[in-house]
Amino acid sequence: MEEFLFFMEVLVSGLLQGFMYSVVALGFVLIIKSSGVFNFAQGSMCLFAALGMVSFWEAGIPFWLAVLLALLMMVVLAVAIERVVLRPLVARPPLILFMATIGLSFFLEGLAQGIWGTQPHGLDIGIPDRPFKGFPIDVSQFELFAAGVAILLVVGLVIFFHRTRIGRALRAVSDDHTAALSVGISLRMIWGVTWALAGMVALVAGILWGTRLGVQYSLTLIVLKALAVLILGGFNSITGAVVGGLIIGGSEKVAEVYLSLYFGLGGIESFFGYLLAMLVLFVRPYGLFGDEIIERV
Amino acid sequence: MTQRGAAPDGRPPEIPPAAPMRTASLEQPSRRVHSVSGDGSDPLLRVNNIEVVYDHVILVLKGVSLEVPQGGIVALLGANGAGKSTTLKSISNLLRAERGDVTKGTIEFAGTRIEKMDPSRVVKSGVVQVMEGRRCFEHLTVEEDLLTGAHTRRDGRRAIKQDLERVYEYFPRLVARRSVKTGYISGGEQQMVAIGRALMVRPKLMLLDEPSMGLAPQLVQEIFGIITRMNREENVSILLAEQNVAQALKVAQYAYVLENGRIVLDGDAQTIQGNADIREFYLGLTEIGKKSYREVKYYRRRKRWLA
Repeated sequence: MEEFLFFMEVLVSGLLQGFMYSVVALGFVLIIKSSGVFNFAQGSMCLFAALGMVSFWEAGIPFWLAVLLALLMMVVLAVAIERVVLRPLVARPPLILFMATIGLSFFLEGLAQGIWGTQPHGLDIGIPDRPFKGFPIDVSQFELFAAGVAILLVVGLVIFFHRTRIGRALRAVSDDHTAALSVGISLRMIWGVTWALAGMVALVAGILWGTRLGVQYSLTLIVLKALAVLILGGFNSITGAVVGGLIIGGSEKVAEVYLSLYFGLGGIESFFGYLLAMLVLFVRPYGLFGDEIIERV
Repeated sequence: MTQRGAAPDGRPPEIPPAAPMRTASLEQPSRRVHSVSGDGSDPLLRVNNIEVVYDHVILVLKGVSLEVPQGGIVALLGANGAGKSTTLKSISNLLRAERGDVTKGTIEFAGTRIEKMDPSRVVKSGVVQVMEGRRCFEHLTVEEDLLTGAHTRRDGRRAIKQDLERVYEYFPRLVARRSVKTGYISGGEQQMVAIGRALMVRPKLMLLDEPSMGLAPQLVQEIFGIITRMNREENVSILLAEQNVAQALKVAQYAYVLENGRIVLDGDAQTIQGNADIREFYLGLTEIGKKSYREVKYYRRRKRWLA
């Protein structure tokens, strides 16, 4: 029994961590869905958003207002990105757009640190990273909160994509740009909306991870874990981002604890996710939930 | 203008005002729209001597002019690579998405210049293109795909719902497939979705790019039947690019023949059908009847010379 509870504790904390991976992965999925571009700048957007939010807050603006301001800032940023970076590159191959996002990434890092400075900021949103008292297993309150936020975000996005006019247009664009243009869907508007959504997701990810790690430069590196999540779950699936995050979060914790317990292997957590993702690639190259490549014979 | 003409500087009054007057008349579409609805003789679409360049270097259309009258069906005929699709795309302005550009000439729809307009505004003004090769949104269901056609519309759920039913009336086969992803339906059904989706726009002018491509002869018949029905019942004017010349000439009233980016021939459908060259090169008929393949070599040579 003791043994089982310990296992559950490991698994649950892994799964909750997984939700936090999912939030980061979601930002990528949104942009890939609408433009087929892997947005290298997603990590920088997290940093930019979180740094902005923290700075507003530290300047004495109330918490929710600071979040709202940061959100607004990300929307403005999205519109600017569409205008300055994407519009001139219309109809270029995805690789060129990818390169553009690399440039954007460095620009945003520089800009964020230029405006708000380079020193790390602590972020405490008032939910302690401590277990509840009286639970049979230890579950961190903050991790539960983060998971709740992630679930809300996903449900919101799924409803948006499947139940609204704009959402439908977004999915149409992800299937065929030119055909979407031909029925009057404006790519500019769609790209603006997706980048704004990605900016919003970046803000949420930045706040969650910033609370845990502190708001600082290394926040841009959280995207590395998201990469494994994306490969596992599929690059263009919201469900995939969530399930991928859970699988990677859960399995890497379990692997870390038990493999090091019984075989004396340490530090598995840092690469186990990638290993798993690679195995999935062999079986389903588009990920567990990615859009299947429909081929008609 | 008269004031300027009477300017005291002694210059001949006719020349300077002439230029501004012309641009003024082009930039005031509202006046022209009035004149279109006024006498009804102005064409719905007027393509005036356009030149299209891809990637800043490749000249594809070398001065194409054509007109589509209100309520008419006009065929645009020609072989592969003649410039049919490019002509349609320059009207719907999907050209920009392929790095093409209308460098010369004008395109007027209902009296308004549209050659520089954003594609979504072109659609809003009532011109929709059904692209070559169906181009469905393969991960959307049939119904969702059809509804994307209503994206630009602002006339409310009920009107859109009504039009959706209307589309299902035209294509009863789609009813059973409404919740299937379009990637998994047959080619004929995909073509129906593509046309139905365009109908959801409530267009005044539909540009159809090779609707017969890759379809079984019976389906081609069906699709062309629906095209004439749409034209009649929905009052949609149609510009139809086709390689299937025989079928196209059956439904169209007027036809243009495009070769190597130039209009080489135009006339009403019967005249075109009766034209000896058309009969020979496009319909495979000679004066005697079916073409004999012994003369194919001669035919090739003569066509090249013509182009």
